[in-house]
Amino acid sequence: MAVRGTIGGIDSPEALEKALRGAYYLADEGIATAAYLALALGKPLLLEGAPGVGKTEAAKAIAAVLGRRLIRLQCYEGIDASAALYEWNYPRQMLAIRQAGDETIDIYGETFLIERPMLAALRAPDSTVLLIDEIDRSDQEFEAFLLEFLSDFQISIPERGTVRAAERPVVVLTSNRTRDLHEALRRRCVYHWIDYPTAEREARIIMMRASSVAETTARAVVAAIGKLRREPLSKAPGVAEAVDWAEAATLLNKGGARWPDAFKRSIGVALKDEEDLAFISGRLDALIAEAAA
Amino acid sequence: MSEAPQLPRAARAFVSFVALLRANGFAIAPEQTTAFLEAIALLGPRGPEDIRQAGQATLAPPPERRAAYDLLFRIHFLGGEEIAGDDDEDDEVVRLQEEGRGDEVPPLADEINESGEMAVRAEALAERRFGPGGPSDALHRLAREAPGHLPRRRGHRRMPARRGPWADLRRILRESVRNDGEVMRLGRLKRRTRTRKMLLLIDVSGSMKARSEDNLRLAHTLLQATPNVEVFTFGTRLTRVTPALRLKRREQALAAAAHLVSDWDGGTRIGDALQAFLAVPRFGGYARGAAVVILSDGLERGDLSALCDAVAKLSRRAWRLSWLTPLATSSSFVPQTEALIAVRRFVDDMADGGSSAAVVAHVLSLRQRRAA
Repeated sequence: MAVRGTIGGIDSPEALEKALRGAYYLADEGIATAAYLALALGKPLLLEGAPGVGKTEAAKAIAAVLGRRLIRLQCYEGIDASAALYEWNYPRQMLAIRQAGDETIDIYGETFLIERPMLAALRAPDSTVLLIDEIDRSDQEFEAFLLEFLSDFQISIPERGTVRAAERPVVVLTSNRTRDLHEALRRRCVYHWIDYPTAEREARIIMMRASSVAETTARAVVAAIGKLRREPLSKAPGVAEAVDWAEAATLLNKGGARWPDAFKRSIGVALKDEEDLAFISGRLDALIAEAAA
Repeated sequence: MSEAPQLPRAARAFVSFVALLRANGFAIAPEQTTAFLEAIALLGPRGPEDIRQAGQATLAPPPERRAAYDLLFRIHFLGGEEIAGDDDEDDEVVRLQEEGRGDEVPPLADEINESGEMAVRAEALAERRFGPGGPSDALHRLAREAPGHLPRRRGHRRMPARRGPWADLRRILRESVRNDGEVMRLGRLKRRTRTRKMLLLIDVSGSMKARSEDNLRLAHTLLQATPNVEVFTFGTRLTRVTPALRLKRREQALAAAAHLVSDWDGGTRIGDALQAFLAVPRFGGYARGAAVVILSDGLERGDLSALCDAVAKLSRRAWRLSWLTPLATSSSFVPQTEALIAVRRFVDDMADGGSSAAVVAHVLSLRQRRAA
C-alpha cells in the first residue's frame, strides 16, 4: 500500500482541519484525523451518521481543499455498472455500423464510450474526488461490486481491457445507516461516525454558514434543536436544519416578526414531518422560550 | 511494512491491543491492523489520543460499541487505575463479554434501545437458556418453502425478457453485429422481482412464555432461508436480535439471542416498545414497505392510546401488517382483550399464532395477499 504522508501540502490532521475551515467546513478532531489518514494511506473514507450532520459537505470541503473536481455518484436501489461505471452509446454504434457499409470500423472505440462517475474518477485520479453518496440506498449487489473497485481501483471493460488508476484516487463514501453495510466494505475504508456537533461547535457552524444570523439567535437555535433531538421524533433535525432555522427566523425577524414568534413560525424548516409537528406543537412555546432564555 | 520477521518492540503493544479487541468480539481483519500501525506512524504519535483516533478510524468499531472500545483502550494503554472511577455501564458491557464467549458471538447489549439506562442487573431481568429442541415439521417446511414462497415486489434492476417496457439495447447491438448490422429480433427488458423485506416483532413477555422460544426458533429458520428479514423482541424493552440470529448453528444463534434479550418473561409494554422502534430512524426504515408480523397476545400493561398510535403508524409504513395471537385459535376469532380490539382496525390480518405450524402457514400464505 502506498503511504503518501502528505497530499496537497497537508501533512497533519491539524493542517487539514485548518484548510477545511478555509473551505467553510468546521471539522472536529475525529473527522480531521480520519480524513487525513484516508488521504495519507490512500484508502477510501467512509462517513456514517444521521441525516443532515454534514457528510456530503465534508466531501465537498475535502475536494475544495485539494483543489480537485468533485464527482458525485448518488446511489439508489438498482444502481448498476452501466450507471456507475460506463455505458456504450448503443444508438451511435448502431448508426456507425449502418454508415460504415463495406468498411470495417471499431464500434468499441473511445467515441462510443459514455463515461460514468467511477470511470471518470479512475481516469483522472489526481484531479478528482469521487463521492459515492448514500451507499446504504443501493442494494447488496452494488455493494459487492463496489468492493472490487475499492480494493484494486481498476475496472475491466471486456471490449477494451482493464483501466487502472495511475494513483489511488480520493474516494469518500457516505451512509445514513438505514441498513448495516457489509463488514468487508467497512474494512477496506477508513471509518468515521459523525455525531451531532457540540452546542458550541454547532453555533459556530451556523454563524459560518449563514453570515446574517446574530450570535444570540444561533445560540437559541442550537439550544432548541438540542432539546428537539432528545424527543422521540421520527426525523430529528440535523445541522442543516439548524442552519436553515436560524436563517429563516432571522429573515422573519427582519420582516417585522417578534423573536419567539419568528422561531415558532419558521419551525417548518426544522421539523419536516407532520406527526412530529403535531407531537411537539403543545410544548413548542415553552421549548422556544426556554432556549431563548 | 517492515520485512523483518520480528515485530519491533514498540509495535507489540498495538498488535496486542487488536488482539484484545478481537477477544471482546470486535471483528478486525489483518489488513486493518496494518493500516492501524501505519496510521499511528503517520500521526506521530504525539500522545494516547492520536493512537485512540487512529484506532477508531482504521479498526472501525461500530458506533454503538464506541464506549466499549474506549474503555478497552483505557485499560490497555493507560493502565487499570482510571477504571475504578469509571461509570458502571461500560464496565458491565465489557464484563459480560469477557464471560468466555467465542469470537463469533455478535456484539452484546449494543442494540438495546430504551429510554432509561442500560441493562442493570438489579432490575428484574431474566436471561434464558434454551433446551435443544428438535427441528419440527413446521420449521422444515418453512426452511424448504420460504425462498420461493415469501411475498415479492418489483425491484429496480432489469432482466432480459420476451416482453417488457424497455428495449435491451446491449443485446440488440450484440446480435446485430453478428448479422452485419441487421436487427433481426428486438430483445426486451423487464423489472426483476425481489423478495420483500420482512419484519418480525416477537413478544417475549411472561404471558407469551409458552410461545416465545418457538417463535425465536422460527425467526432463526426464516432468517437462514432468506436474508431480507429483521427480528426484534419486545417486552419491557426493545431488542434487535437480527445479528445474533444470523449465526448459522441454531443452538449458538439462540444462545446469543437469549443473551441479548434481558427482559424474558416480564411485563408487556407493547405500545412503548413499538414507539421506541419507530423513533429510531434506522429501525423505522425496516418497516417501510415490509411484510410486518407481530407475534403477541396483546395483553398490554401500558397506555392504550400509545399502542394505537404506534400500530397505526406501523400499519401505514408496512406493506401488510399481520398480528398473530395464540388466542385466535379458530377462524371465527373475535378479539377480546382491550388492546386487540383497539388495534384491530389498523391490522390487516389477525390470525392464529398458537403453534409454529400456524405461524409458518400464515407467513407462507402472505404471498397470495395484496398490499393493504
